[in-house]
Amino acid sequence: MKYLDEFRDGRLAQGLAARIRREIEPDRRYALMEFCGGHTHAICRYGIEDLLPAEVRLIHGPGCPVCVLPSGRLQAAIDLVERERVILCSYGDLLRVPGAQGDTLLKAKARGADVRMVYSVSDALEIARAQPDRSVVFFAIGFETTTPPTAVVLRQARREELGNFSVYCNHVLTPPALRALLATDFSSPHQEAATRGAGVVNGFIGPAHVSTIIGTRAYEFVATEYRRPLVIAGFEPLDVLQSILMLVRQLNAGEVRVENEYTRAVGAEGNRKAQQLMEEVFEIRPSFEWRGLGELPNSALAIRPEFADWDAERRFAVPAIQASDHKACACGEVLRGVKRPEECKVFATACTPDHPLGSCMVSAEGACAAHYHYGRFRQAVAS
Amino acid sequence: MCLAIPAQVTELIDPEHAVVDMGGVRKTISTALVDDLQIGDYVIVHVGYALNRLDPEEAAETLRLIAEFSEMANDEIPG
Amino acid sequence: MSSRREAYARKLDLARGCVEIGHGGGGRAMAQLIEELFLAAFDNDWLRAQDDCARLTVPTGRLVMATDSHVVSPLFFPGGDIGCLSVHGTLNDVAMAGARPLYLAAGFILEEGFPLADLKRIVESMARAARDAEVPIVTGDTKVVERGKGDGVFITTTGIGVIPAGVDISANRARPGDAVLLSGSLGEHGMAVLAQRENLSFDAPIESDSAALHGLVATMVTAVPDIHCLRDPTRGGLSSALNEIARQSGVGMRLREAAIPVKEPVRALCEFLGLDPLYVANEGKLLAICPAEAADTLLAAMRAHPLGREATLIGEVVADPHGFVEMETVFGGRRLVDWLSGEQLPRIC
Repeated sequence: MKYLDEFRDGRLAQGLAARIRREIEPDRRYALMEFCGGHTHAICRYGIEDLLPAEVRLIHGPGCPVCVLPSGRLQAAIDLVERERVILCSYGDLLRVPGAQGDTLLKAKARGADVRMVYSVSDALEIARAQPDRSVVFFAIGFETTTPPTAVVLRQARREELGNFSVYCNHVLTPPALRALLATDFSSPHQEAATRGAGVVNGFIGPAHVSTIIGTRAYEFVATEYRRPLVIAGFEPLDVLQSILMLVRQLNAGEVRVENEYTRAVGAEGNRKAQQLMEEVFEIRPSFEWRGLGELPNSALAIRPEFADWDAERRFAVPAIQASDHKACACGEVLRGVKRPEECKVFATACTPDHPLGSCMVSAEGACAAHYHYGRFRQAVAS
Repeated sequence: MCLAIPAQVTELIDPEHAVVDMGGVRKTISTALVDDLQIGDYVIVHVGYALNRLDPEEAAETLRLIAEFSEMANDEIPG
Repeated sequence: MSSRREAYARKLDLARGCVEIGHGGGGRAMAQLIEELFLAAFDNDWLRAQDDCARLTVPTGRLVMATDSHVVSPLFFPGGDIGCLSVHGTLNDVAMAGARPLYLAAGFILEEGFPLADLKRIVESMARAARDAEVPIVTGDTKVVERGKGDGVFITTTGIGVIPAGVDISANRARPGDAVLLSGSLGEHGMAVLAQRENLSFDAPIESDSAALHGLVATMVTAVPDIHCLRDPTRGGLSSALNEIARQSGVGMRLREAAIPVKEPVRALCEFLGLDPLYVANEGKLLAICPAEAADTLLAAMRAHPLGREATLIGEVVADPHGFVEMETVFGGRRLVDWLSGEQLPRIC
């Protein structure tokens, strides 16, 4: 597989790992947060931590759209499909995510709701075309990567005047989340916890595919305002190692820059056409709840009034539901990098991929699920 | 986040659709987000959409850099 | 049979007809379906007796019995269909005890309205699979459910086999130091079926590996009678099969990712959908665990058989009270190969 296999070469990995070990300065800390779940997945899947020296610590960030979806929004979708008898289409990732009281779309499907998994938002549009007598709602989630396809389909639905199609929009934006992490209040009484969280992150491994759309320039504030180096990195394991090396070098040299390791797919400006489409179809919500991070200003997208007829939230008057997560669940702290998955009381006991209490245990990119699936042996060996 | 893979354009269907191939698997995707695609181009595919072109020269350059750092490290390993 | 057939007013319309409720009602319509479709395809002395059971002669020794229900959507897929799958699946379950399969039974649950032409295709595929395997389908049953209460056709098959003397194969016999062998590449059945699913239409050159493995197993037990475990990695894939053995034997496993064959189109489709080939179903592959000193002999025997040509040594059994299946990645790191959680769903992130 061209452009994948080359970036998974174990021999080069050993060489890069040796280079990283060589350049580490013994008294320096290298706490690096990979913002994206895609990186978390690659790190766990390929065992990248086994190749790194102890001085380099990787902290898993909140970059998994499934994990940060607040359970109230999910519960609203479950209520919608059961109340309105619509066809609710979504990406496979969402089906097992627990809403309020652990309910899921899969359970709703088992109770008789018409929940369908699609590979693409276009497939949801196709279902609406094929079944004009049914109302079809697409449950849209995702960061800037996944948003432009939703914009394309909304425009298409309007062009076709497709009256039985609408979108339940949960698209969120990555820079505000990064900003929220960086703005953590370190003078808080929870000093000990805070010092282990994003506040002590020395550098960031930045988003791969989000950046294909928004470009590297969108992250300049991390360097200029918050004085942290950031390296945009591809999701293949060699990309991750290479970006770690780049961060180590910046930290050693006392530099604070936004660098780009993923130049084969990412430019400074991103994809202008996709940005224009997003701008045309969506507007910024003044505030949106992120699971684990709370309400973040200007951090999510809503469908513009011009497309109101295709906005499921307006069409079905979807209520805002305040659902609290399971009390023992530490997803919020895990998402902020304050807790490691195994430090959550219910990790691998009450909360497992088969019976997830929190969203981090569901998505393949969730820090807890990745840790459990690929890394549990470390714990067992340690205990 | 955002599972996306590189695939090669093998057929242009209309201005907004193309067939891509990766490892012998073919899929019709939307090219609504990327202008002026040519047969042979590589694109990054996510949920059935091309997000961007992949630049083969940049890919080769990244691999060259990785190999360079990697080799330097190997050279310095005794024995 | 020609005199009996006159009892039916018209021959079954196998080109345009459908399954009707009456075909499961126990009356003349059912007798006609059995005679003109099932009996015609499976034809043998036991079925011709037209009893509700089959009287069998079995050799002495330990018998194995296995049953397996088959549901698959779509019913026809590249490389096979529910018919051959239902024969291979049960033959393989019998074979995984090291046994030689002797007889099969088949139960059909048909949905009202299901095209008889499709049913004929499925039944003939079953007949061909059974004939190729040299294992007769000696008895069966048919029920019809109302339209909307089934998924076209469900098939349950049961098999009986006999274990050769000196063979003792069980999932609780893996011992630290044993070698773990795999008969060929992973993931073809699961991905061939998935590529056909509605809303996932991929054009992938992948065919199901559905095959009867008892011939391969016979070769293997002849070469190495002391095989400890055999398992066909069906649902849940290699991961589930090895985790089950690890748990039942109270051991761990260490695999080498680089040694596990996965064909390029299967890898590619897995990349598209965010799936792991280690969890994808196979229907014509087996895992064997044997003493390390017998591994070369067993591998040579496997490779000499058409269904084991690509057999490889993929790892070894280790002492591990936690029962972890661990893998050295192509990248040089280590990962756990955990149990599958629920069903593997295509993902976007």
